Amino acid sequence: MCLSIPSKVVKVSDDKTMCTVDTMGVQRDANLMMMDDDDVKIGDYVLLHIGFVMNKIDEDEALSSIETYKEILEVMDEEDRKRAILEDDECKARSQQYVEEIKS
Amino acid sequence: MGLELKNLYDDFRDGDTIKAYAKIIAEDAKKLKKPISIMEVCGGHTHTIMKFGLPQLLPANVNFIHGPGCPVCIMPKERIDHAYVLAMQADVILVTLGDMIKVPGSNGSLQDARAKGADVRFVYSPMECIKIAEENPEKKVIFFAIGFETTTPMTAVLVDQVIKLNIPNIFFHINHVTVPEVMVELIDSRDVHVDSYNNQIDAFLGPSHVSVISGSKIYDKFPRDYGRPVVVTGFEPVDAMQGISMIVKQFVEERCELEVQYKRVVNHDGNLKAQALIEQYFEKMSLFRWRGLGNVPDSGLKLREAYKAYDAEVLYKDVLPIAEIEDHKLCICGDILRGMAKPQECTIFGTACKPTTPIGSCMVSSEGACAAYYKYGNLI
Repeated sequence: MCLSIPSKVVKVSDDKTMCTVDTMGVQRDANLMMMDDDDVKIGDYVLLHIGFVMNKIDEDEALSSIETYKEILEVMDEEDRKRAILEDDECKARSQQYVEEIKS
Repeated sequence: MGLELKNLYDDFRDGDTIKAYAKIIAEDAKKLKKPISIMEVCGGHTHTIMKFGLPQLLPANVNFIHGPGCPVCIMPKERIDHAYVLAMQADVILVTLGDMIKVPGSNGSLQDARAKGADVRFVYSPMECIKIAEENPEKKVIFFAIGFETTTPMTAVLVDQVIKLNIPNIFFHINHVTVPEVMVELIDSRDVHVDSYNNQIDAFLGPSHVSVISGSKIYDKFPRDYGRPVVVTGFEPVDAMQGISMIVKQFVEERCELEVQYKRVVNHDGNLKAQALIEQYFEKMSLFRWRGLGNVPDSGLKLREAYKAYDAEVLYKDVLPIAEIEDHKLCICGDILRGMAKPQECTIFGTACKPTTPIGSCMVSSEGACAAYYKYGNLI
C-alpha cells in the first residue's frame, strides 16, 4: 500500500502541476501539487505514489549509501581472503600472493 | 560517478550486500546481553522481510514482530460494510484504491457488490475521481479513502481541488489512520479491554514512506519517552538489513536513539506542503477501531467540520450501519500484532483462514503478517 516507485522526471508542465516521469522505460504522468513550485526539475529523481510525486530523492545521499555498501563489500572480501589463508596455511603460494598484494 | 535510475533499484537489492550485512549483524549480535525483538511497523517492510527471507539471515537472538501497518488489514468490518452500503445506493459511484477489491465485510466484498450491479471503480490515483465525476454529472461519486500518512495528503489534494474547482458531485468517506498513535498503543496500551497486554517490542524499524511525508520528527518521543530506539528504514532488502544492523548496534553500544537509514528521501521535517494540506482539511477522531487491536485513541482522521458538506458519513448517516463487528473468536491477529504470537501458532492459519478466504486482519492483504507467512512461509 505504501510502496513508492523511484522515477526520473523527463518533463514538467507549464503550470507546474503535472510532470512526466520515466520508470525504467515506462513513462507516465504524475501530479506535482504536493511539491512546492519550482522544487521539481527535469532530471530530478522522485518517489511516485498513487499518481503523485511525494518527494525528491537526494542524489548525494543515495550515492553515499551505495559507496558505503561498496566499502563494506571490499572489507568483507579482504577478511574472507585472510580467513581462507588462515584456514589453509599449507597453501604457501596463496600466502605469498597475499603478502605481495599487501606490499603493493 | 553520477546516479542512474537503475542504481536506485539494483544497488539496494544486491545479494552480496545483504549477505555482508547478515555477517555484520551476526558478529554484533554476539555482544547482545539479551535477545531483541524488532517491530517493523509497516506492512511494506513485512512484505520485504518475508519475500527476501531475511529472518533466515539473522541470528537467533534478533527477532521480528510484524506490526499493524497495513491500512487494508486493520480496517474493521463495519467500515467495509459502509463501503458496501454506499456502493449499493442507486445514484452512487463508489471509488477506491485497488487494495480494497477483495476485502470481505459482513455482506461481502466490493467485488461482490459490483457483481450485484453496484458501480464500484478501482483507481490507481484519487485524482481519477474528477474525470469520473465529470462524465457522470447525475451521479454522486464517493471516494472511499484509505491509508496512512503516505496516502492522506493525496486525498487532501483531491478535497482541495473539489472545493477550488467547485465540483458538485464528489464526496468522501475517510478512513485515514496515523502511525505514531498505534505505536504508542502497542507499547503503552490505553485500551481497558486489552487484558492480555504483554508488550514484547524492544525497538522499531520506522516506516519508509509515512516518514517521507511526516518526517522522522514523529518518532522523537519513542527513544526519549518510551525507551525504544527507532531506525527509519527504506523498503529495499539492503535498506532493511542496514536498518536492522543499526538497531543491533544501538543495543550493543547501549544507545537509545532515533536514526534514519533512509536518508535519500527522509529528513526530520518531512514534506511540509503535504502536512499543511492534511492539517487544512482533516482533524483527529477521538477513537478509531483497529481490526485486531480495538479502539486506538487519536489514531483516525476525519474531514474538518467546515467541510462536512463533502463528508459521506454525515450525508448518509441514516443508512450506514453503526454496530461494531467483533473479530472471529479463533483469530489471534491481536496477539500477533502485539508480538505475543506468530501466525503459525494460530489454529485456523492456512486452514480456515487463507488469502482467498481471510478470517483475520493479518490475512486480508499481501502486506499482512499472516498473508506474508502463507505465501513465503517455506522460507522460515
